[in-house]
Amino acid sequence: MNLFCIGLSHHSADVETRENFAGHAEIDRVLRACGCNEALLLSTCNRVEVYAASENFVPTDQIARCLARTQMVELDGHLETFYRYEAADCVRHLFRVVSGLDSMVVGETEILGQAKKAYETARVAGAAGKYLHRLFQRAFRVAKHVRTHTEITRGAVSVGSVAVDLAQRIFGNLRNCKVLVLGAGETSERTVRALVSRGLADLRVSNRSPERAEALALAVNGRAISFEQWPEQCAEIDILITSTSSEVPLLSQEKLAPMLRSRIDRPLFIIDIAVPRDVAADVNELDGVYLYDIDSLRSIAEQSLATRRAQVAAAEEIISQHVTEFNESIGRGLNCPAQNPEPPAVGESSLRPSEL
Amino acid sequence: MAIAHTVLELRGGMFRPMQFNFFAVGLGFIFQTAFLSIRGHALGRCPITNLFEVIIFVAWSVALFYMVVGTAYRLSLMGAFTAPLVVLLQLFALLASIDRPHPTKLPANPWLEFHASISLIAYGAFALACIAGVMYLVQERQLKTHQLRSIFYHLPPLSDLFAAITRLLWWGFALYTLGLISGFFVGEPLPWPQIVCAVGVWILYGLILQGRHLRWFAPKRVAALCIIGFSAALTLLWGITFTAQTHTP
Repeated sequence: MNLFCIGLSHHSADVETRENFAGHAEIDRVLRACGCNEALLLSTCNRVEVYAASENFVPTDQIARCLARTQMVELDGHLETFYRYEAADCVRHLFRVVSGLDSMVVGETEILGQAKKAYETARVAGAAGKYLHRLFQRAFRVAKHVRTHTEITRGAVSVGSVAVDLAQRIFGNLRNCKVLVLGAGETSERTVRALVSRGLADLRVSNRSPERAEALALAVNGRAISFEQWPEQCAEIDILITSTSSEVPLLSQEKLAPMLRSRIDRPLFIIDIAVPRDVAADVNELDGVYLYDIDSLRSIAEQSLATRRAQVAAAEEIISQHVTEFNESIGRGLNCPAQNPEPPAVGESSLRPSEL
Repeated sequence: MAIAHTVLELRGGMFRPMQFNFFAVGLGFIFQTAFLSIRGHALGRCPITNLFEVIIFVAWSVALFYMVVGTAYRLSLMGAFTAPLVVLLQLFALLASIDRPHPTKLPANPWLEFHASISLIAYGAFALACIAGVMYLVQERQLKTHQLRSIFYHLPPLSDLFAAITRLLWWGFALYTLGLISGFFVGEPLPWPQIVCAVGVWILYGLILQGRHLRWFAPKRVAALCIIGFSAALTLLWGITFTAQTHTP
């Protein structure tokens, strides 16, 4: 039995090409009709891949034709964007994909959920048999192994998620935190939305233009505060997000220090994403105040990404071990094929080495 | 084991908050309990008759509070900070040749034993508050300087650490107060310098708690004061057990 993978990803094709070959509702049936005994389609925003097992060789262009969303899509000019992995290379590729090593943001974990969903769909449709079952169950174990034995998923890699990560390191649970958003810009809205996703409920928005403050407050389920009143809020809030277009700093050490006296036991996290900055740098010297500007947030995001990249070698090593083990086990399996195999659902079974 | 495990993992650029440290300290705690139990049976009383036993008892109290607090606050990395303190205390006790039997067999005095043991258990709480203080300062420093090391992602949030410090201080203070009061029922004259020093430590911890309650001190100061307070308490303990052997139960 030939195990192979044919597909395209963000590495090889632009989004338009990926859209054209994203598959369709009848894909399982079509793939089996063109010679695949087992077939599974993994389609995400960054990749479209077919994992298949077949008795005979199935050419790449035949699979590409199956993936085309309509008959109108021309293969010419697109065929070279497809890659093909056979046998051990196919196994390695899948293990890398589900572990997040092949993702646009190295170490992202969403792909594992997407792969599990793709496997489940193929299993329910009867398109995934014993070979793909073994391959994918093993891949899910590899992804878990990589995640727990390396720091490939560590740290946040975008400004918004770094801000959320830092807020959690300061306050723990964000549910009871009070946030003031100063300046109703796009970046501050994204940051607020990231915080809201972690359960934050008390949001106040202030802007020179009251209409924009009202609009953002409505969008994030907060309340608008008049721009003249925002300094008084500093005695109450836990997180301040500023992104105004002010030419001079709005908050200095002299202004903030008296407001902090009544809240000495509570930290204040300031996220200043304005350029030029809204908060004077010396504010960070005050006890209990943690000031991060856009550069420091970006620097942490880059640091996390670098850490993740540094873990790639360790992850590859783990994957290599699993590829060797899997190939040995599948070799034994080919000589002595399992009798049954109605593959179980995701999570119902994870194969032990002895089962392989 | 806990120290080696954490150092190896952090040097490798990662630390998994697994249960390893908890079990390593837990195993040590079982051995400590066994030792104190055997020694207690041999002496026919609470085994805190000389400096060696007192130090082992303090190390046991530290491990005891870690088992309670570390689980309650899920401060997995606290094991890595607790283990060095326990190891240092025990190493000192073993290497300093201070396990000298008391020249005379001391008569059993339940009040004196209660006074000494409850005070030493309070030391366990103060020691752990000191450890949580160190963790707070490490985390706070990283947040201030924006230099986030591998350990940053495994230390608990500042708010959780501060809550742990506050509770440990209250536990330690309540137990220490109980120990101090019971000292007046031992039926033996207590040396004045010891009483003054013990009351001094009690006042110091009382002030830290009062300062925290009335918001005189920022959390960072409270964390630093926990370290200073425990250093003072250790000095007092040394003074009591080393210079006043006759009073030690």
